[in-house]
Amino acid sequence: MNNLLSRLKRHFMVFLAVLGPGFITAVVDNDSGGIYTYSQAGARWLYLPLWTLLPITIALIVTQEMCSRMGAVTGKGLSDLIREEFGLRVTFGIMLLLVLANFTNIVAEFAGVATALDLFGVSKYISVPLAAVLVWFLAVKGNYASVEKIFLFACVIYVAYVIAGFLVKPDWHEALITSVRPKLILDGGYITMLIAMVGTTIAPWMQFYLQAAVVEKGITAKEYRESRVEVIVGCVMTSVIAFFIIVACAGAYRGHPTDIKDASEAALAFKPFGQYAFLLFSAGLLNASVFAACILPLSTAYSVCEGLGFESGVSRSWKEAPIFYWLYTLLIVCGAGVVILPRFPMVEMILLSQVLNGMLLPFILIFMIVLVNKKGLMREWVNPPFYNAVAWVTAIVVIGMTLALTGISLRNPG
Amino acid sequence: MTAENFDFLFFTELIGMPVYDLKHRRIGRVKDAAIVPLINPSRVDRFLVGNGGAWLSIRYDQISSISIAAGIQLSNERLYPYHSDEYMLRIQRDLLDQQIIDVNGRKVVRVNDVTFEIRRDDRDSLSVLEVDVGVRSIFRRLVQGVMPSAFVRRVQKPIPPNSISWDFCNILEADPLRRLRLNISNEKLEKLHPADLADIMEELGPADREAIMGTIDSEVAAEALSEIDPKMQASILEALEPEVAADIVEEMSPDQAADALYDLADESAEEILEEMETEPLEDVRELLEYDEHTAGGMMNTEAIVLAEEMTLDQAMLKLRSHEDLLENTHLLFLSGAGGRITAAVPLARLFLADGSTQLKELAYERLISTRPAEKERRVTELFDKYNLLALPVLEDDGTLAGVITADDVITVLRKK
Repeated sequence: MNNLLSRLKRHFMVFLAVLGPGFITAVVDNDSGGIYTYSQAGARWLYLPLWTLLPITIALIVTQEMCSRMGAVTGKGLSDLIREEFGLRVTFGIMLLLVLANFTNIVAEFAGVATALDLFGVSKYISVPLAAVLVWFLAVKGNYASVEKIFLFACVIYVAYVIAGFLVKPDWHEALITSVRPKLILDGGYITMLIAMVGTTIAPWMQFYLQAAVVEKGITAKEYRESRVEVIVGCVMTSVIAFFIIVACAGAYRGHPTDIKDASEAALAFKPFGQYAFLLFSAGLLNASVFAACILPLSTAYSVCEGLGFESGVSRSWKEAPIFYWLYTLLIVCGAGVVILPRFPMVEMILLSQVLNGMLLPFILIFMIVLVNKKGLMREWVNPPFYNAVAWVTAIVVIGMTLALTGISLRNPG
Repeated sequence: MTAENFDFLFFTELIGMPVYDLKHRRIGRVKDAAIVPLINPSRVDRFLVGNGGAWLSIRYDQISSISIAAGIQLSNERLYPYHSDEYMLRIQRDLLDQQIIDVNGRKVVRVNDVTFEIRRDDRDSLSVLEVDVGVRSIFRRLVQGVMPSAFVRRVQKPIPPNSISWDFCNILEADPLRRLRLNISNEKLEKLHPADLADIMEELGPADREAIMGTIDSEVAAEALSEIDPKMQASILEALEPEVAADIVEEMSPDQAADALYDLADESAEEILEEMETEPLEDVRELLEYDEHTAGGMMNTEAIVLAEEMTLDQAMLKLRSHEDLLENTHLLFLSGAGGRITAAVPLARLFLADGSTQLKELAYERLISTRPAEKERRVTELFDKYNLLALPVLEDDGTLAGVITADDVITVLRKK
């Protein structure tokens, strides 16, 4: 009996251990960029963007699955693989893009902190520097791992979106129809929103983070099956929450679609909760922003140092891994520094960062597709044709949208 | 040494260098260079030269001079097309951008560039001097072919160099056949401290990790393995051939072997156990019966037990036959009737006592012990409370089941 219990416990531990990277990545996916992008999509375009969620979810599952498979089979991070297969110059270029994209995301997270606490009258000159110091110490002093579970648990707040989605009594009929009926409008604002939705859901940094986390956990090709389930569950959960954010906002802005300008407008989704609306929105956004702010700078510093062959890791001292620490610190200091500039346009910049994510995604995606099809690397785990098709279509569609957007803005400047 | 007869060249400078024949016509540019380690571990044996579509393979003894300014001048016109050669370690393809182990610095590094020494004997030849890592070599790679070499050398001056002597480089190759052809051994790694080797292994991918484990001396492998994160231990053992894994597990102390096997799938553990010799096998099997988080799961079965009426002289004789155990022994145990453990003697007390002293007189006044089923947490409390270095674990009948030492406790505490 005792033996059986301990064996059950061991199986449970294995499950928990594997129930890590994919799930956490999916949860962090709904960061401040995610919340604002989906809110804006719902508030400005009502139910219209819902149809994108299904294809985006499929693309998300495919890309996340590719990453975790590469991590499990090769035991190497994405930037390691890019370096080994494409050489230093290519790696350097990609790392520049990644730092740029991730920096804007870090800015978005700190902006998320600022706007969340601003609802309660806390000045950003206090909240943002405090958050920056907290984030820096959590990772460097090595107690991030214990706090991670708190962040994860606090994400239960997202359930409020689901409840709000029902309470606003949305037009379910229309919501369901728009969910499956694609609609393209050749409008700069609409296409920008589409790119941002892809970018925030399938963010480039997630691919690097997820693969590194799979490697870090030591998940092997054998245990990989359990990992795949976890990736799929995580991705579906992300999209379900995105769906309800859009529905809740569409419900709140029914009849008077608006561009969201600040946190109080995005918090309107929680109107059915009355006096608790601000509190719920603020707590959810704050948790998501700080959570992602902990992961993003660290993940960026790791990816860059791995790719370029510098020593990395918080277990090393500042002297042993100077570039790692400098990069990490600069990302946080500059990210927070930008946000506390006077009159910094918070929500616009958050949305813009997600558009940038979307525009950079195809570059990363194409490298991933090439890597995951290399027989020498992946052996029998090379990409199945369906995965290749989805990944290529995603890359091409996003490139197409980016070109269309460029064309539209060139034709109607301003 | 003067500047004329001693010089160096970077691989980034060699790539793209023009090659001229006897009539000083340019026949192509260098595309890659290869070492043939079976012949010479550091000399560049072949230069692969791109000539339109096809590549030529030029041997080191067909070259008369090499210089940055004038390129490569041949001394012989019999050129052969390049066809892939399994015995070649090609620098661009096999070394650049790959990971190697810096044995001296005890870490995994990524190769950015390679520095050659230009040997000026009757003909010029290149010999690998160092492998370059760090910012300076990254800079060289980024501007390679864009800026002239002399300019690059000047600009890079203020950046501190960061290189690893070729003698300290351990190349990674997962394919055993290729390893043989390229004469790559992991011998250099055997000189590392097992804990350092374990750290290095944790940084590598599974293929390289398993290649190293399978090729180095099984005693070193065992010591390193027991320092590795338990989950990774399991995946390494699982990937190795059961016989190889069994050889390694045999060299581990029974408690560490049991720890490594705990995390393994039951069938894989059984496969390994079946390949093991009888003697350590019994102990490992016994330990596997205990719950990992109890005194039984923490303890080691190896201990020295002596009869309580022995004198020091007799004991010393006996200890010589237990030489292999002494390194990790802090306590000797005394047994009375029926093998019951009656007392413990700290090893250090033996040094000062007279030869005729009975061991009993040297023992601690009180025997502090525990049971196999005791919780991990209680065991650590005992160590803390009584400032122990080692703690005997006794069966219900008073015989010795095993010993927990301070390093076992530290492992448990670190895991939290």
